[in-house]
Amino acid sequence: MAAVEVDRARVEASIRNLKLSGHVGFDSLPDQLVNKSVQNGFVFNILCIGETGLGKSTLMDSLFNTSFESTPSPHNLPTVKLKAHTYELQESNVRLKLTICDTVGYGDQINKEDSFKAVVDYIDAQFEAYLQEELKIKRSLSAYHDSRTHVCLYFICPTGHGLKSIDLVCMKKLDTKVNIIPIIAKADTISKTELQKFKSKINSELASNGVHVYQFPTDDESVAEVNTSMNAHVPFAVVGSTDFVRVGNKMMRSRQYPWGTVQVENESHCDFVKLREMLIRTNMEDMREKTHNRHYELYRKKRLEQMGFTDVDSDNKPVSFQQTFEAKRSNHLQELQQKEDEMRQMFVVKVKEKEAELKEAEKDLHNKFDKLKKEHGEEKRRLEDSRKKLEDEIIEFNRRKQQFQQQHMSSSHHTLTLGKSKKK
Amino acid sequence: MSVLLQSKRELFFKNELPSAGGVVGATPQSPAVGTTAASTALPASAVGGGVSGATSAPAAPTPSAIKEALAAKRAASERAAAAAAAHAAAAAAAANAAENNAEDNKERYSKVERDKVPERRTKELDGYVGFANLPNQVYRKAVKRGFDFTLMVVGESGLGKSTLINSMFLADIYSNEYPGPSQRIKKTLQVETSKVLLKENGVNLTLTVVDTPGFGYAVDNSNCWQPIIDFVETKYEEFLNAESRVNRKTVLDNRVHCCLYFIGPSGHGLKPLDIEFMQRLHDKVNIIPVIAKSDTLTPDECAHFKKQILNEISQHKIKIYEFPDTEDEEESKVNKVLKDRVPFAVVGSNTVIEVDGKKVRGRKYPWGIAEVENLEHCDFIALRNMLIRTHLQDLKDVTNNVHYENYRCRKLAGLGTDGKPTRISNKNPLAQMEEEKRDHETKMKKMETEMEQVFEMKVREKKQKLKDSETDLQRRHEQMRRALEQQIKDLEDKRNEFEKEKQMWEQSNGVTLEDLRRRSLEANSKETVDGKEKNKKKKGLF
Repeated sequence: MAAVEVDRARVEASIRNLKLSGHVGFDSLPDQLVNKSVQNGFVFNILCIGETGLGKSTLMDSLFNTSFESTPSPHNLPTVKLKAHTYELQESNVRLKLTICDTVGYGDQINKEDSFKAVVDYIDAQFEAYLQEELKIKRSLSAYHDSRTHVCLYFICPTGHGLKSIDLVCMKKLDTKVNIIPIIAKADTISKTELQKFKSKINSELASNGVHVYQFPTDDESVAEVNTSMNAHVPFAVVGSTDFVRVGNKMMRSRQYPWGTVQVENESHCDFVKLREMLIRTNMEDMREKTHNRHYELYRKKRLEQMGFTDVDSDNKPVSFQQTFEAKRSNHLQELQQKEDEMRQMFVVKVKEKEAELKEAEKDLHNKFDKLKKEHGEEKRRLEDSRKKLEDEIIEFNRRKQQFQQQHMSSSHHTLTLGKSKKK
Repeated sequence: MSVLLQSKRELFFKNELPSAGGVVGATPQSPAVGTTAASTALPASAVGGGVSGATSAPAAPTPSAIKEALAAKRAASERAAAAAAAHAAAAAAAANAAENNAEDNKERYSKVERDKVPERRTKELDGYVGFANLPNQVYRKAVKRGFDFTLMVVGESGLGKSTLINSMFLADIYSNEYPGPSQRIKKTLQVETSKVLLKENGVNLTLTVVDTPGFGYAVDNSNCWQPIIDFVETKYEEFLNAESRVNRKTVLDNRVHCCLYFIGPSGHGLKPLDIEFMQRLHDKVNIIPVIAKSDTLTPDECAHFKKQILNEISQHKIKIYEFPDTEDEEESKVNKVLKDRVPFAVVGSNTVIEVDGKKVRGRKYPWGIAEVENLEHCDFIALRNMLIRTHLQDLKDVTNNVHYENYRCRKLAGLGTDGKPTRISNKNPLAQMEEEKRDHETKMKKMETEMEQVFEMKVREKKQKLKDSETDLQRRHEQMRRALEQQIKDLEDKRNEFEKEKQMWEQSNGVTLEDLRRRSLEANSKETVDGKEKNKKKKGLF
């Protein structure tokens, strides 16, 4: 749901400020709001980034005073994977759906270039899921389980010499996507003086690389003071423990060494209490808000621009989502139609070609047969000629035969007459 | 766990604040933690109760003192200041058992086991973590942000709308400089807004009152609800546009959260205009029907009238706003009593009269004084409490989650369906476009293969036809050729026969045809000569 942050100064100028002549009762509004949100329950998502064995799971157990039953991971994983678990916690009447996401195998590979990619992808995926839900036609944002990462605890190796390059690169990539709180892990290996130097080294490195870690808000008077003082202690040097040792007359989370016992909740031993105070008791809601109002909005803006949506069209006139969407849709449909037409066109051309081909073949065939026919006709004529000739010859022969017969007869007759004429 | 921690947890659950001294003096290591825990353990409950307790008196203490007290209580709940803790303890003690007795509520809540997601087990916490302070954080931020609410009042002129608004908010929202709707009637129905900022105990409420001067005033009131519908939907549209922008900044919520519909106290039931209006707007905005000027109805008449109205409302399937039940038993009992009074029969008044030494708001008649804030006289208190003190936030939530979402659904479902109301897929429009693209691709592929098939088939057909005609022609040609050859052969035979015959005759007669031809040629030429001579001879004799 969109935040309603009224710029009070601006609004107040145009509206009347009235005095109440009695108790109306809307001062219960914050209570109504709180009751509603308590009824709905709260959601908080923590992402822990750190190398294997830095005590991430132990710290989570210590922070939330419970045991999350996580299995320690080995060092030989080929890629960084993220494992998220959701737990339902309840404290008095407040229910909290806590999701803890661990990076498994972070920093173990020889080539760490892709280490933070898995993390960035995970965070983006949560934003994307929320964005998709928000863009749906039938949506139920109030019932949606918000999986966006609200805070990222970055565990720094207690080398004492500053940040590793992967730390800097990773935090730089993440600082616009999530609230980062850097933590010095296993701080019981660093002495107090070394710690001071280490912290200032880290802070200067972060500053010089332009990494924006999460600043505890100082605009609300009730928490401004404590937040400002805590801001100075960042990064928190923490120790976590799942073991309890009897100190005095109570059991405290501690780590027992031959030379002494480190008490997790002892402010002079480590900053655990400060972290818990800041993370959970004071600023949880603020982190949620910042995730929603700043990081998510940034992601959404980038994503919508990537999809081609703008608020203002080429004429600098404001364009609504619907307009842009309609324009996109008609473009899209046009494209599809065009593709279809192209394909049809292609087929038409193909068909025409083939038709022409076949016609040619047909024509050739007909030509061939015409030729044959002509030849045939000629032959027939010749035959007729021959036949006629023969007929003629036969007729002539017969005539001659007859003639001969006649001549033959008449010649014999002629000789008889000659004998007679001599008597005169 | 140590005894001390255990006891702190118990105290926390019982919402009792231990005396500051006792806790501080415990162990040196965890006093900060402990007291912080305990004081933080006071959720909004005690503070809320304290605040309401401190200001239950009608004459409100000066705002600055209240703010101080509020700030102090806030500080107490978050820091280990002993003095603040004591102050808070005092305030908690002073909390009266108003319906805002959240302390009991919280205890009840802790007993109520709510398992929304069965498959996730609720983890047991071994100690105090501190996220129970979350409600406090939310409270803080909410107060800092301030609240806003838009209330629409609709009803015919003269039903006491302005007076009721002024009475409800105890402020001169309508006054001589800002007259009420009945004084501003124009020719056509207007929809006008006025914004006021009200502050109470550090809580800022920006109230926007929307009124509709001229409602039901004309002779022909058909479609007089249309401008109102347009107004409500315009606000939704503005919100939708603001929410859909790429660069979203402050999204001001100007949507109408509640509509008070004033029913005239006829005593006989709803008028057609009332029914028509409510039917058209009940799915767009929360409607709370209100019987105006109810001091003209006796309790019996009022009860009868209410029943009649509720009957007609259910008869016409009008969905008026339903005040939801709360889980808490006590609260819901109180709520039920007030809920049963719907529709609320109200009386409003801007004048304060003295009754039995008390100053009350009321209307003075010769026969008595109708007190506005007396639940036996009218339901004003019920309306005010339900509307403002307990369900203001819920009205906003229902507007956002139900009415606005319906509007948005309708608006966006129109996109991308090309007027085909066949299926409203629940994907967002962009995913829908992607899906369409994929569908189209598969369709095209299918079409392509189909067309190819048809093409191939046709080509084969044609080729086959061509082949057939070729063989046909070939056959015919062969036939003719054979016939011709046969004829040639016959001729040959005949010729041979003739030759044979000729030869035989020539041989038998000892003369060839050639000779005969020659002789006949000679004879012919001689005959011609002889002929000539014969003629000459004959001539000599004479």
